[in-house]
Amino acid sequence: MSDTHTHSVSFVRTETIPQSPAPSNAAGPVKWFRDNLFATWPNALLTIAALYAVFLVLSSTLPWIFGGLWTTGSLRECREVLDGGTGACFSVLTERWNQLLFGFNYPSDAYWRPTLAFAIMFVAGAPVLFFDLPRKLLIVTGLFPFVAFWLIWGGTIWAPVFALLSVIVGYVVYSRLVVRNFAAGFFGGIAAAGVFWWITSFIVPSLTPEQTFLEAVPSRALGGFMLNMMLGVTCVSLSLPIGIALALGRQSSMPLIKWVSVIFIEFIRGVPLITLLFVANVMLAYFFPPGSGVDLFLRVVIMITMFSSAYIAEVIRGGLAALPKGQYEAADSLGLDYSQAMRLIILPQALKISIPGIVNIAVGLFKDTTLVSVISMFDLVGMIRGPILASTDWAGVYWELFGFAALLFFVVCYGISQYSQWLERRLATDHR
Amino acid sequence: MSTTTDPQGGTFRLSMLLNDSRYRSTTLQVIAALLIALAVGYLYSNLAANLKAAGLNISFDFLGSPAGYDINQTLIEYNSQSSNLRAAFVGIINTVLVAVMACLTATVFGVFAGVLRLSNNWLVRKLMAFYVEIFRNIPVLIWILIIYTVMTVSMPAPNAFRGETPSSSMLLDAVAFTNRGVYIPAPVWGPGSMVVVGTFILSIIAIFAYRSYTTKLLYASGRLLPRFWPSVALFFIPSIVMYFIMGSPIALDYPALKGFNFRGGLQIGAPLIALWFALSIYTGAFIAENVRAGIQAVSKGQTEAAAALGLRSGRIMNLVVLPQALRVIIPPLISQYLNITKNSSLAILVGYADITATLGGITLNQTGRAIECVLLLMLFYLVISLLISACMNVYNNTMKLKER
Repeated sequence: MSDTHTHSVSFVRTETIPQSPAPSNAAGPVKWFRDNLFATWPNALLTIAALYAVFLVLSSTLPWIFGGLWTTGSLRECREVLDGGTGACFSVLTERWNQLLFGFNYPSDAYWRPTLAFAIMFVAGAPVLFFDLPRKLLIVTGLFPFVAFWLIWGGTIWAPVFALLSVIVGYVVYSRLVVRNFAAGFFGGIAAAGVFWWITSFIVPSLTPEQTFLEAVPSRALGGFMLNMMLGVTCVSLSLPIGIALALGRQSSMPLIKWVSVIFIEFIRGVPLITLLFVANVMLAYFFPPGSGVDLFLRVVIMITMFSSAYIAEVIRGGLAALPKGQYEAADSLGLDYSQAMRLIILPQALKISIPGIVNIAVGLFKDTTLVSVISMFDLVGMIRGPILASTDWAGVYWELFGFAALLFFVVCYGISQYSQWLERRLATDHR
Repeated sequence: MSTTTDPQGGTFRLSMLLNDSRYRSTTLQVIAALLIALAVGYLYSNLAANLKAAGLNISFDFLGSPAGYDINQTLIEYNSQSSNLRAAFVGIINTVLVAVMACLTATVFGVFAGVLRLSNNWLVRKLMAFYVEIFRNIPVLIWILIIYTVMTVSMPAPNAFRGETPSSSMLLDAVAFTNRGVYIPAPVWGPGSMVVVGTFILSIIAIFAYRSYTTKLLYASGRLLPRFWPSVALFFIPSIVMYFIMGSPIALDYPALKGFNFRGGLQIGAPLIALWFALSIYTGAFIAENVRAGIQAVSKGQTEAAAALGLRSGRIMNLVVLPQALRVIIPPLISQYLNITKNSSLAILVGYADITATLGGITLNQTGRAIECVLLLMLFYLVISLLISACMNVYNNTMKLKER
């Protein structure tokens, strides 16, 4: 049939017509604008209002930012140069850069030490944050606390070396005892490390030479953004194990353990961080043996760690509660004891569920480290409010300084939250 | 059939304390109790020794002695001769004031931004995402300082309102934004004003009664009376009518420039405004995320099912989406309120006299009673947060899905 057709009807096309482009208002940018910005009349009005708001903000801030000065010596000089024009006085950042980052007491010839520690932190943190990296890098992570301590505080190298040795001793004892029983290995390891460290702490002063390789820096000299970073990193890493312990304690079937954990968690979560910092500032010293002279930095670390471990415990408890009961029962039916079930079955899954929550707590905690400026520690905000705004040169440079502080915190916190989202996608091993 | 942990022959060996599951938990708890008792005893002996060395004792007598300092913003009567306890009460009331105000506005900001983040409009969506990210990722302390600086540095001084051609003018001749705070008209309660207020409260009750009546009628007979306009009418008309019947008993006292400063009206100090605004806009960003998550948690099938039943879009929102979304939104919302209350303790930074600034700040520094002051301060916040948690538990229990 078709054969006859092609021959008899000469005007039938033998090939398909080429596709014509969609009408201009149904494709491309025009369609996008219509769908996303001007779909309905109220929507269009909203778009115009939003555009106007954006214009207002940008038209006042952009000239201020791009007209900014970076090299003058004081605010008065800035005003003379600007001569009534619009422009920021970013010179305060260039002139006080080191103070903003390191505080005003840290010896200036030692700035390379915290900078180096900061750089090593990335190498040390990388294998923890990204699982694809070679596991050998974890050695750097293990050494990092001791190296960073030595770099930042300086002084005798024997203090961190003996601390490292006591950790190794603890590990050796643990690996000897763990074949019998995990609990024995765990507590035995901790006890051995503690005893070794306590004994060597008597030896360290006699080994300290007159002139140490790195000049010793007292804790009260720490300041600036460095202080925020140190408090944030230290307290979050310390509070993770404590938080896990508290969360397990809260789920325990032993009433004493359970109630101690509940009371601790609820008490800490019920009071603002600032009252805990008051405790660190005025009260905690009374609880240490007379004459021990525990410095403010350590007291603040203790209180912030308590604070964040209570919050992390609640997040992990949520993860533990979210696991199906079958997982606990399966572990029991395999004949695993409590520590095996927790280490091999429950915690790996519960921690995976809790990662977003833990990262939220970490970001919140990092932001909360600015609160130490209230108890007169000179962190980034403390530096700005105290020495810099009080100086005759820079009294009145508010926006540049606060903007800088806000930018620093934004970069770090936004980065962490983006990492957490990436990790969540990465760990999503369930089938969807 | 006996398990391995059964007693064998009834003889008791010491190793059974750890290895026998009947005794193990008791043993561990006894060990834990001993360790805790040791730790507490150690800390207490240190405390006693330190206090003795410093010549201090624990005593709450200082609460009765005169405070000796002034507080700029008080809601109850207070002067420098009042006791420290009264100063603490002034602080408590100020804390509650700023917390309640910030909770209300933060909810407004949060719901607004959260709903707009789901808008069809790309620009609005992105702007709201920008707002949320900016405010969530910068410490609230920096926001409080920035807004406080705006209030004190960028606002005109009162004398800018003076003269023939003042450089600043009052908004509607009633509100003045100055670097000493915002002045708004204050109501003056004349005789009979309580009747108007009473009428207003009664009409609020009437609105709720009317709404529950319409619901009952709907379920009983299927007839739906209009709700919105009668509620609006009930809200305004009785109070306004009563206001004119009583002969306009409530007047407004407008702030006016006299001498170097504004007199009359109600002054809301710059610290209060900074704290209030910063807390609400910061927490609003968190609430926005909760609202968005709550609305997105309602599955699309619910909306489609409601549409298939023939409900119109407004009804779908009111009857199907919102009740389910609120169940997800409200628990985190209440914990955000708790966060506002706790963050209001940052008032000390801008000199707003809340409980942390009075009891934990000036009283502590003047009397040197550090331990007592900090303990009382913690007790106050603990009570507040336990109260809020109790409310949340009651709510969760009433809203719990009734599963079969």
